[in-house]
Amino acid sequence: MITITRNIGKVVILFLNNTGHFFIFFTKILRSFFKPWYFKNIINQMTFIGYFSLPVVSLTSFFTGGALALQIYYGGNQFNSETIVSSIVALGITRELGPVLGGIVVAGRVSSAIAAELGTMKVTEQIDALKTLSADPISYLIVPRIISGIIMLPILIIFADIIGIMGGWFIGTQSLGFNGSVYIQNTIDFLEVSDISSGLIKASFFGFIITIMGCYQGFNSSGGAQGVGKATTNAVVSASVLILASNYIMTNLFFAS
Amino acid sequence: MIKIENLHKYFENKKVLNGVNLDIEEGTSSVIIGGSGTGKSVLIKCILGLLTPDEGKISIKNNLIFENGKFKKSSKIKIGMLFQGGALFDSLRIWQNVSFYNIQNGKNKKFCFEDAILNLEKVGLNKDVINLYPSELSGGMQKRVALARAISIKPDIIFFDEPTTGLDPISADVINKLIIEKVRDIGATSLTITHDMSSARTISDSIHMLHKGEIIWEGNRDTIESTDNPFVVQFINGLSEGPIN
Repeated sequence: MITITRNIGKVVILFLNNTGHFFIFFTKILRSFFKPWYFKNIINQMTFIGYFSLPVVSLTSFFTGGALALQIYYGGNQFNSETIVSSIVALGITRELGPVLGGIVVAGRVSSAIAAELGTMKVTEQIDALKTLSADPISYLIVPRIISGIIMLPILIIFADIIGIMGGWFIGTQSLGFNGSVYIQNTIDFLEVSDISSGLIKASFFGFIITIMGCYQGFNSSGGAQGVGKATTNAVVSASVLILASNYIMTNLFFAS
Repeated sequence: MIKIENLHKYFENKKVLNGVNLDIEEGTSSVIIGGSGTGKSVLIKCILGLLTPDEGKISIKNNLIFENGKFKKSSKIKIGMLFQGGALFDSLRIWQNVSFYNIQNGKNKKFCFEDAILNLEKVGLNKDVINLYPSELSGGMQKRVALARAISIKPDIIFFDEPTTGLDPISADVINKLIIEKVRDIGATSLTITHDMSSARTISDSIHMLHKGEIIWEGNRDTIESTDNPFVVQFINGLSEGPIN
């Protein structure tokens, strides 16, 4: 009994310790937002997070849209399926699957890369070198990444939404025998601005989660290559779990009423 | 120039610095020797403000910069640092590394580029390397670039962390000579930590030995050869048997 209590206590202390550590880190970032911005670094990070993630997000979204169309068609009532498939694909992609799957795919690509890059900089003393050269590492390395994540994820998800809907359209017209223009018209008629905007707000928050988790894990890594590897894994896992958890909370906030 | 009084630093329960006292005169080249894990790098990082000591005082140029567990507003003293592995920024080209301080301070690209060439020439590198990335250079060349970056800010004080580690004896000698020349040229005070005795003998005006977080011996390159301190004798002769475990 004592052992169990002790182990629970250890876990609770570790959790509180990590949470406190994270909030101190977050406060430092907030403070750095009011210092001069490194615009060149922001542009570089926007290119890396946005432009270079576009192919993988597009592919994911296209196939998700297609699979969703098939599932709805075969799983549901095939009568009046042309309207149902197009509307549910549009809703599913814009409200949930576009931002969530896009977010998780970008977390795998970007969060890990950020953690690995900053972790390597930490263990090779490059972050210390920045400080000795009068550059604030948080303003120089972290703020540009977070700003880029918050801006670029919604832009990526606009593409993901369009391509996901086109994936459904492609399968609908090629495999299920739907009329292409009717499918598009149904989609346009059914979608509302709030469906798209809720997904984009989610995407922006996911962009924040992805970049801050990568930065936090990388910035606090230690112990050489093994430490960098651990930081990379932790970044992807924590970003993915937080995306799914926060998605549930935001869906509840946006649509429960 | 640098005065350290009763400096302590713990990592969880492990005491790494145990009341270090050190006085370094302006314009001199001081060397701290000691085995691995004795606290040399921790000491230098505490002086630089990269680590926060737990107790003690640090003064630079008569300005108390650390007291009662807190760093005070930094005085306008420029400090350069040559890190053990060079710590060059992999994503930046050589000229951007060397002129990093100038770039951050808003100097124009032409000035930064020309200043980088000038500083690279000072450490014996020509402008062929200017557009390369650090990973395209050998270890010795990376150290030279790192030295060029450290002197580019025209520092009042330069710290060298194991400047010759990982270099062949000839490259190590080149770096030692460059350190002596460049520190003299810019009139800086230098503090080097090393366990390379050849390097310590070459570049030092004064030598301090750190053991278990304390300065246990102080002298110079002449007195170190004649001392009977058993710790120093064991260390400089590289003996496996003696008071140092």
